[in-house]
Amino acid sequence: MIAPTIIDVQGVTKRFGNKTVVNALSLTVRQGEIFGFLGPNGSGKTTFIRMLCGLLTPDAGEGTCLGLNVRTQAEAIKRQVGYMAQKFSLYTDLTVRENLDFMARIYGVPKRRAAVAQAIEFMQLGPYVGQLAGTLSGGWKQRLALAASCIHRPALLLLDEPTAGVDPKARRDFWDAVHVLAAQGITSLITTHYMDEAERCHRLAYIAYGNLLAQGTVKEVVAASSLTTWEITGPDLYELAARLRDLPGVDQVAPFGTTLHVSGVDATALGQSLAPFRQGPHRFAAVETSLEEVFISLMTASQQGQTREAA
Amino acid sequence: MKDSPNRFSVGRFWAMVLKEFVQMRRDRLTFGMMVGIPLMQLIIFGYAINNDPRHLPMAVLSLDNSPFSRAIVAGLQTSEYFDLTHHLADAATGDQLLQTGDVQFVLTIPAGFSRDLLRGEQSSLLLQADAADPAATSFAMSALDAIVRQSLDRDLTGPLVSLRATPAPAQTIIHRLYNPEIQTSYNIVPGLMGVVLTMTMVVITSLAITREHERGTMENLLCTPVRPLEVLLGKIVPYIVVGYIQMGLILVAAVFLFKVPVHGSIPLLLGVSFLFIAANLAVGVTFSTIASNQLQAVQMAFFFFLPSILLSGFMFPFRGMPEWAQGIGYVLPNTHFLRIVRAITLKGATLPEFAPELLPMAVFLVAVLVVALKRYRKTLD
Repeated sequence: MIAPTIIDVQGVTKRFGNKTVVNALSLTVRQGEIFGFLGPNGSGKTTFIRMLCGLLTPDAGEGTCLGLNVRTQAEAIKRQVGYMAQKFSLYTDLTVRENLDFMARIYGVPKRRAAVAQAIEFMQLGPYVGQLAGTLSGGWKQRLALAASCIHRPALLLLDEPTAGVDPKARRDFWDAVHVLAAQGITSLITTHYMDEAERCHRLAYIAYGNLLAQGTVKEVVAASSLTTWEITGPDLYELAARLRDLPGVDQVAPFGTTLHVSGVDATALGQSLAPFRQGPHRFAAVETSLEEVFISLMTASQQGQTREAA
Repeated sequence: MKDSPNRFSVGRFWAMVLKEFVQMRRDRLTFGMMVGIPLMQLIIFGYAINNDPRHLPMAVLSLDNSPFSRAIVAGLQTSEYFDLTHHLADAATGDQLLQTGDVQFVLTIPAGFSRDLLRGEQSSLLLQADAADPAATSFAMSALDAIVRQSLDRDLTGPLVSLRATPAPAQTIIHRLYNPEIQTSYNIVPGLMGVVLTMTMVVITSLAITREHERGTMENLLCTPVRPLEVLLGKIVPYIVVGYIQMGLILVAAVFLFKVPVHGSIPLLLGVSFLFIAANLAVGVTFSTIASNQLQAVQMAFFFFLPSILLSGFMFPFRGMPEWAQGIGYVLPNTHFLRIVRAITLKGATLPEFAPELLPMAVFLVAVLVVALKRYRKTLD
């Protein structure tokens, strides 16, 4: 059985002046999915999320969010969406409990005390309830923000770079919480820059300069990129990298610890370019292309497209 | 979530009010200012103006060398009101001293003063007063008559005693220079109520919404179902309480510190103040929906504050202003509030007597709130 659609938008466009920030974006997200939204800085991720929660009005495009029209029913959408902005946007001069209490009142949550207590327990905020939100460390601020955005049991969570600048343990805890919510049927749309986080998503989309470049599961996105990747080990990798970089068929050369990853879309050209080096002291192994290589390749291609357009 | 999303919700409004109260309590500096500013202004305005000044510098030009003129000079010297700093030889020097501000008064005893006096004709003294600062001079001027009469009475003995008869043997002709209007000082302290409230209420609320924008909390708030009117009223109501605390402080000080007589009903005064406080808070909130940062909001607040002080009748008599200035003044809530406060405290007025002043304030309040609602941005576009 296919889960119901939560977000279904087509051709969503937003311009600031004559700069198109989001260009005819179409997206489908199903219930209970954790949908990763990736892309370089300034690619329009935040703008897209803001349009979904009614903070910005789209210039063009149609669609539904939670079965409600994104253009005309923004107020009704707001009541069922939990939004976590990139910048901490709760009140720094209120305590953890006061912030949660405020949000619960604003959403008119029934049995407010119980809901606040539950949110505190879920995010393990207990030791900090009386502390001013402004004095929390980064990781705890994010936990508080997530607790606050779920206080009214929303059907959809929009999380804009929720783990930026947070340590790995706090990030893992945060993602565990998101997965718990997903198991309860709460859909999440999350933007991130971290590849490991992208791999924790059920499905993902990559946008650059307002354009949607790829979407699907991690496997689908990697397959769609048709990149071939070789892992090279051996001495003097730095010098080797410099020599490989400009050869035909070589799109990317990147050091990975003690190895070098070389990838290219054209597998034949890549193989031919690498062939002369196989006689040397280096060991070559075909490996699975990683998401990072896919995204860098997408971004480079899109940048080249942009410059060509401009020229 | 039973109520329709577009209807005013008391619950959400109350959430805003509670939040503002907590934030107000945490912001010690602002809270201190809200209590401190009225006290400071009261002390500065109240004491500077209410105490009748003494030891005012005076020059005397005596063209009549007689026991009587000498008695007047001596009388002036012993009085606390005046310090005789210059004995003049000609009138021109006197004018110059007034012009430079070296003296505040020039008293001229005309030639033939004693002759006129002895003949039983009423003789005249000329007092030129620098009345640019009327509050500083009016007391001294009224004191002069008494001093002259007392000084002369001492010398009008024996056969001259009949000259003591009323009216006063010598008449003081007063020329008030620079400012013909004289304000009474009791006007100031009740008037201060309007000024202090205008200043603090507008400034504090003008920060209300710009602060949410600057701290990024607006982004969160806009994503919630909270309605503009709930936010605006939620920001206004807590400060009404603060306004009343300020009024209480000023009233207590007015009665006990400055002995301003309160002839009318204080509950009535507090009741009608509600409209005035709300109007000022609405102005502040409106500014904060227009300004893009807190600095701009404060600048706007001062822009409103100046005419509220200058054109409301607090500083200058309302009827003395040109018509265009009266027009602006008429729009400002402070103008009407000053009239009400003065009417209640000094004249003991009751509601029907000042009711016409309430309507312009109410219209102002509604108009300003409408602007705020129109300007309140529901999106970040």
